[in-house]
Amino acid sequence: MQELINRAKELLDNGTVARVLGWKAGDLPYDPEPAYFETAESLKDFVYNGFCGANLSKYMIEASKLEGKTLVCLKPCDTYSFNQLIKEHRVDREKAYIIGVGCKGKLDIEKIRNQGVKGIESIEGAEITDEADMLKIQTIYGERSVAYADAMLERCHVCKGKEHKIFDEQIGESKETKDGERFDEVSRIEKLSPEEKFAFFQKELSKCIRCNACRNVCPACSCRKCVFDSNKFDSSQKANVDSFEEKMFHIIRAFHVAGRCTDCGECSRVCPQGIPLHLFNRKFIKDIDELYGEYQAGDDTDSKAPLTNYTFDDAEPSIVGKRG
Amino acid sequence: MQRIGVFVCHCGSNIAATVDVSKVAEMALMEPGVVHAEDYQYMCSEAGQAKIQDAIHEKKLSGIVVCSCSPRMHEATFRKAAERAGLNPYMVEIANIREHCSWIHKDMEEATKKAVILMRAAVAKVNLNTPLKPGESRVTKRALIIGGGIAGIQTALDIADAGYEVDIVEKTPSIGGRMSQLDKTFPTLDCSACILTPKMVEASAHEKIKIYTYSEVEKVSGFVGDFTVDIRKKARSVDMDKCTGCGVCQEKCPSKKAPSEFNRGLNNRSAIYTPFAQAIPNVPVIDREACIKFKTGKCGICSKVCQAGAIDYEQKDEIITEKYGAIVVATGFDTINLDKYDEYAYSQSKDVITSLELERVMNAAGPTHGHLERLSDGKAPKEMVFIQCVGSRCSDDRGKPYCSKICCMYTAKHAMLIRDKYPDVNVTVFYIDVRTPGKNFDEFYRRAVEQYGVNYIKGQVGKVIPQPDGKLLVQGSDLLDNKQILKEADMVVLATAIEPNPDVRKIATMLTASIDTNNFLTEAHAKLRPVESPTAGIFLSGVCQGPKDIPETVAQAGAAAVKAIGLLAKDKLLTNPCTAHSDELLCNGCSTCENVCPYGAITYEDKEVNDHGIREVRRLAVVNSALCQGCGACTVACPSGAMDLQGFSNRQIIAEVDAICR
Repeated sequence: MQELINRAKELLDNGTVARVLGWKAGDLPYDPEPAYFETAESLKDFVYNGFCGANLSKYMIEASKLEGKTLVCLKPCDTYSFNQLIKEHRVDREKAYIIGVGCKGKLDIEKIRNQGVKGIESIEGAEITDEADMLKIQTIYGERSVAYADAMLERCHVCKGKEHKIFDEQIGESKETKDGERFDEVSRIEKLSPEEKFAFFQKELSKCIRCNACRNVCPACSCRKCVFDSNKFDSSQKANVDSFEEKMFHIIRAFHVAGRCTDCGECSRVCPQGIPLHLFNRKFIKDIDELYGEYQAGDDTDSKAPLTNYTFDDAEPSIVGKRG
Repeated sequence: MQRIGVFVCHCGSNIAATVDVSKVAEMALMEPGVVHAEDYQYMCSEAGQAKIQDAIHEKKLSGIVVCSCSPRMHEATFRKAAERAGLNPYMVEIANIREHCSWIHKDMEEATKKAVILMRAAVAKVNLNTPLKPGESRVTKRALIIGGGIAGIQTALDIADAGYEVDIVEKTPSIGGRMSQLDKTFPTLDCSACILTPKMVEASAHEKIKIYTYSEVEKVSGFVGDFTVDIRKKARSVDMDKCTGCGVCQEKCPSKKAPSEFNRGLNNRSAIYTPFAQAIPNVPVIDREACIKFKTGKCGICSKVCQAGAIDYEQKDEIITEKYGAIVVATGFDTINLDKYDEYAYSQSKDVITSLELERVMNAAGPTHGHLERLSDGKAPKEMVFIQCVGSRCSDDRGKPYCSKICCMYTAKHAMLIRDKYPDVNVTVFYIDVRTPGKNFDEFYRRAVEQYGVNYIKGQVGKVIPQPDGKLLVQGSDLLDNKQILKEADMVVLATAIEPNPDVRKIATMLTASIDTNNFLTEAHAKLRPVESPTAGIFLSGVCQGPKDIPETVAQAGAAAVKAIGLLAKDKLLTNPCTAHSDELLCNGCSTCENVCPYGAITYEDKEVNDHGIREVRRLAVVNSALCQGCGACTVACPSGAMDLQGFSNRQIIAEVDAICR
């Protein structure tokens, strides 16, 4: 982290960048939040540790409109989102100075809590440079320890890889965290009967409180004005209809980001209700892979996306229809 | 608020027998905006249209809904009627209560309920309609014909004779198509070459016709009246201007092992070849896969013997870009692959052949110089068996569900010709039905049976078993006698089903012309617009649209020409005003619409916008309405809903859905 801060100071001082986009400590030891730093002094508040899950790519939409370059810290998985935003002309590559930061898997406080850890005062071992496999947690009830791997976000268990897809320079090592298959859960749900599937999603989606956190954090949900907020489509009234969240909002959102979602997992990370929203997006990704060949949104900035491109050997609509 | 009139058509009994039309009219009066509703026996008749016009005047209607047949049928009729009464034609909506309702339902109560819902959806849409005005676009006075068979040649000649430029693109080295492979033609038995080759010569000599052989359509953009087409002229390796067509190169070519496409692979040709002696143009091509020079770098004999110095091993494919006002598809057919019909032993015995192969065997220029002989040992056959419907009228997925239409007649022709020339040969035909509708067709078939003694057996063949002595054991059934037949034959001829040329899928995709499940191109209307594709400016000629014999093909080719001429004769076309436009305040500038637009109608501009006080320069989509064809691909792809289609706006469509779900 210190190397990162030193480098950021250097770039601020020599005028390469006008500001730094990173994270600062929150009120609690496990909730750092995205923050801009405009002076070298302010960087004393800069943090980068295992709880810095937030994908900063989307902030670059607004940062691209500011004077001068913005130094942005991107983890390997965040770079996919950044590429996708370049592809959609939403961010300006020239306005970004990208430091690809190392990652050893990001932590999920809920996973720690679920292991019966309460009253957390401080956590050791979450630093990116820490070699230990265990988190040492001081609680008001005494010290507890939790294996780092057992506290990781779901998305880190199916990590897309250690490679930064776009960067100006890289700081810090990344660690292999993948120990599961990305589509296993989707495959399991696919095998359920329609009634079971409906019950599953009904149960999950009925928890939605429509706080819009998923939409606000999603780098693919970057419309200037969301269709759900626009008076042009008469959909705002429909939002008030019973069971709208369950049956419409998340489904429509998944359709709107289909083919553009990089599977960064932010939707599920920020959901205060713990709804596994990423499953919708992954189902689309799995279908696209199976029907049109493997495709990873954000792998690059110029390839043609399968859903907005046509080739002669594309799957026939009837084949798409039959799959259900 | 609109003042809407609803007009419910009985369509004689077509609608009224299943839908309570007066109930639909009565219910319409309860819909928002509806101030007038009535039903009438034939809305499309003069009296019916007068009712609409009177109501527009008397009730000061601002929009109308006609509950009738498909808009494909009469939308234009009712739009014109409304226009004559002073209403903007785009204030007319059709609720299709015939094809979508009365024709497919039996229960009157249910059908009436559905008709009411369809009416409601149309009313909901009209409530949001706005008057639209068409623009104008130019017409390039040149036609493109894809395919140089008899269909393409005839269409080209007819268009050229009317004074318009025509280009023919043919993928093989010569024009002529399937017809050039045929020996004699039914029902008159005149020689195919004698009637076709003069037409080929006429086409090639016509000052208005340009022929690109050994060429393929690579890319099509644009729209009716203004298509831009890339044609790939494949490298012939022979300079067309220098070659005199003397044929020495073909004689001297040491590589003579490539199967002859023209003779259906029954014999071989040289690596440098013209497909047949009467080929047009009479300029050979080098088959680079078979040529020794291209394979090993050594040889070059053709170049040495060519007096004209026409051989050019360095020649490259050439892309020609040309503009056209109309495109005629005439891609023809091929026989189906027989891999799934193992029971007929086609791949096991050389003496089991398809009918098209028999044409080559019987042709004087064919592999046996016109002698009927077994291809395995060259012996004259004594017993011949013809099997009908191989792959046609098939109920499983091995073959085609349709009747190939020409097989009954050419089989009668083959049987008759063989009996005439070789009276000692016994000919047996296994058939399911003999279908001979057509002028002089049944008479022809009866002559084969009565005069020439061809033995017709109603029944299918189950198996053809090659015997050790070279004979073929045919196992079939005689349905009329109700017995199994075992018959020894020297040759078996399979009336193999025909299918559209496989390339047609690719071409249809480029042209955005629709095709059916059998890969036949779909016509705009099965009865009333049989030679037009639903895609404006695309016309259909010959078997690419459905199975046909030569006279039908020629007739359709002429009809397609007339339709193309009708288009080329116009100086300007009215464009569809239902084009897309982008809401500047909602546009993200993400390029999704640009990626999906098949017409290249969308570009991006950096433009200053005032978004509720925020002034900034944004990247915004701009639609060129002269290029936009209103397909709506952009409107569904746009994530923010900024793209909208005039006449089919998102709001209109959602209003329709809401009305249906109410």
